[in-house]
Amino acid sequence: MALLQISEPGQSAAPHQHRLAVGIDLGTTNSLVATVRSGVSSVLLDAHGHALLPSVVRYLPNGNIDVGYDAQSAQSIDPQNTIVSVKRFMGRGLKDIEVSNQPYHFAERADQTQANMLQIETRAGIKSPVEISAEILKTLKIRAENTLGGELVGAVITVPAYFDEAQRQATKDAARIAGINVLRLLNEPTAAAVAYGLDNASEGIYVIYDLGGGTFDVSILKLSKGVFEVLATNGDSALGGDDFDRRIFCWVLEQCKCKPVNAQDTRTLLTKAREAKEWLTDHANAQITSILSTDEVVNLSLSTQQFNELTQNLVAKTLIPIKKALRDAQLCIDDINGVVMVGGATRMPQIRLAVTDFFKQAPLTNLDPDKVVALGAAIQANTLAGNKSDKDLLLLDVIPLSLGLETMGGLVEKIIPRNSTLPIARAQEFTTFKDGQTAMSIHVLQGERELVTDCRSLAQFELRGIPPMVAGAARIRVTFTVDADGLLSVSARETTSNIETNIVVKPSYGLSEEEILDMLKNSFNAAETDKKARALAEAKLEAQSLLLAIDAALGKDSNLLNQKEMQTIAAQMNALRSLLDKDSEAAVEVIHSATEQLNIATESFAAKRMDASVSHALAGKNIDAVNL
Amino acid sequence: MNENYFALFGLDPAFNIDLTTLEDRFRKIQSESHPDRFVSGTNAEKLQSMQTATTANEAYATLKNPAQRAAYLLGLQGINALAETNTTMPASFLMQQMEWREALEDAKHARNTDMLEKLLIEMRLETKSLQSDLAHLFDKKKDLATASEATRKLIFIDKVITDINKAIEILET
Repeated sequence: MALLQISEPGQSAAPHQHRLAVGIDLGTTNSLVATVRSGVSSVLLDAHGHALLPSVVRYLPNGNIDVGYDAQSAQSIDPQNTIVSVKRFMGRGLKDIEVSNQPYHFAERADQTQANMLQIETRAGIKSPVEISAEILKTLKIRAENTLGGELVGAVITVPAYFDEAQRQATKDAARIAGINVLRLLNEPTAAAVAYGLDNASEGIYVIYDLGGGTFDVSILKLSKGVFEVLATNGDSALGGDDFDRRIFCWVLEQCKCKPVNAQDTRTLLTKAREAKEWLTDHANAQITSILSTDEVVNLSLSTQQFNELTQNLVAKTLIPIKKALRDAQLCIDDINGVVMVGGATRMPQIRLAVTDFFKQAPLTNLDPDKVVALGAAIQANTLAGNKSDKDLLLLDVIPLSLGLETMGGLVEKIIPRNSTLPIARAQEFTTFKDGQTAMSIHVLQGERELVTDCRSLAQFELRGIPPMVAGAARIRVTFTVDADGLLSVSARETTSNIETNIVVKPSYGLSEEEILDMLKNSFNAAETDKKARALAEAKLEAQSLLLAIDAALGKDSNLLNQKEMQTIAAQMNALRSLLDKDSEAAVEVIHSATEQLNIATESFAAKRMDASVSHALAGKNIDAVNL
Repeated sequence: MNENYFALFGLDPAFNIDLTTLEDRFRKIQSESHPDRFVSGTNAEKLQSMQTATTANEAYATLKNPAQRAAYLLGLQGINALAETNTTMPASFLMQQMEWREALEDAKHARNTDMLEKLLIEMRLETKSLQSDLAHLFDKKKDLATASEATRKLIFIDKVITDINKAIEILET
């Protein structure tokens, strides 16, 4: 198709159709969507002009679902059905979180053989964090499609660099349920580096300090000629601005000697705490006033100094991952050209001060720390969708945590070390320890510690169908592959007999394929019919434009073809034309394949036209004028 | 891809290599073959891209690290530096090994980060001198037997450095 649209030299063809792609920052506190238009990355606004979408989902009594500001304003009156900071639960089990701190009713999974991601009981039924996140993503998708006036080709969704496999998979599953084609999962600090680096044409070694609502990431990148190479990353996937709110909240309870408060008062006081934190960014004192449901009155004044003291160990906690990342990258503070601040929580003066002290230089704060991640993700989405001519942008990211296998005695043997550049594949050989053994169990773990119990269990694999042999004779080669999204896949082969063994994967956290399909079915039953109609319309459009292009080409250059070639092309064109009035479901496939056939049939014609047009352009010019 | 890692980056197999050239060529290969370039490609293209990018990453990581580069060079000559039959070390080095290990244990018990940092500097100096030995042994004298021994030393020292870093990490947390 593209080959047939040759235009005369100096006359450009119709502009290449812009493919709609967006970057989504699915944040703990707020989420955003951005896109590149006319070469500029910008955040898309909702109907009220808001860029941020609070990552809050409320299940209403009438069966509706609110996402964003409306849900946020109801969080104190309806805490059990209004889920905030759901990102903290992604890919997590009940034992990973402090249940007592949460206003929600957590549901035990009835079926213990299933993966054990936690679930929340709401009035709309039991919801997994994946489904709740999907609601946020759906809202952003609708915002983007309404603003841009078309269906999205896909999206780049950002995740904290320090997210493990289960958390990444959960994010990808949420996108799938929301009907979004994920072009890539991109690490938040890397996205920020892209936005910052391209904006400032920076070269050198940069540290991205990303303190979000619920996660902390630090990445060290080398920026050079459009290549963004992550040298090391580290972080804490359970440390963020929320924790600063919680310190204030605990201080309030301590000061007013309140009894343990109910869910509603917890939510109210946490909101007051957040407001106080934000106020203290450019004020010396914050007033916290509230009347609890028990009629107790809270009226306290919090000074900047008190706030700094309350939170100094949280601030110090962010320096530990920085030191680790520097060591892994074998760099010292003098090597760092700049420190970029990302995430709303980096507005706190004590954070900026600590970073300045540590790096002996003031951090870079000229981009909006709330938007920079989404802006960078949009740039990457645009490149991946194939819109950008600037092919120089390349991101080389790393795996944040080591992958290993359980060995004898409950120890972990590392297979892929942390900070390895992605994609990566490593193979490990195993053998049988019993005569005639035909199956083997393999346990994959993620983390830096030596004991299985200290690492995160990712999955248990069962290798079946090993040909029976004497003990130690079978050679099973298990290959672990981590793709550019940071997601793991495993394959196994018995090498002496070359038999591909069967792998049964049981993810330790996450949803089973059936669960995802179920959720997809529920959310798309209605949309399905529309989708089919659209696919048919698109197939017809594509066929028609190909027919038009060939007609035009034949009109000009039919002299390049012999009789037989002409006949073949004409016959194929007629065949395709006759399909265009078909409306059945199967027509989509038939039209596609006939279009493809015609494309193939005209390939050599296109090549001849290309040759002819090149020699035509060269003829009549003297050699000096032709710059190749 | 059966090419050896040096050939992949257009380099002659040697211990002393130009790291800037290595980095530039690695980036060039990734610019052309990274999976990001084939997000809307066919499955065959995606698979090919995955394989090329994976090999390039593995090759780059191997050649960038002096100990791994040395072991890889020996491997090209059919020598497995880490094979169990190949673990003989001179007594003087064994003594030194024990001293380093003891120093590490002492510093760990004393929870003394400064001592660990000092040990780290000492190990890094040791690494530097072994690397210049290796350049001479591989590239000038072509003495693979001695190079193999020096490679084992370097790998051992890398392990100690990893352990020191781990100890510092634990003390910091």
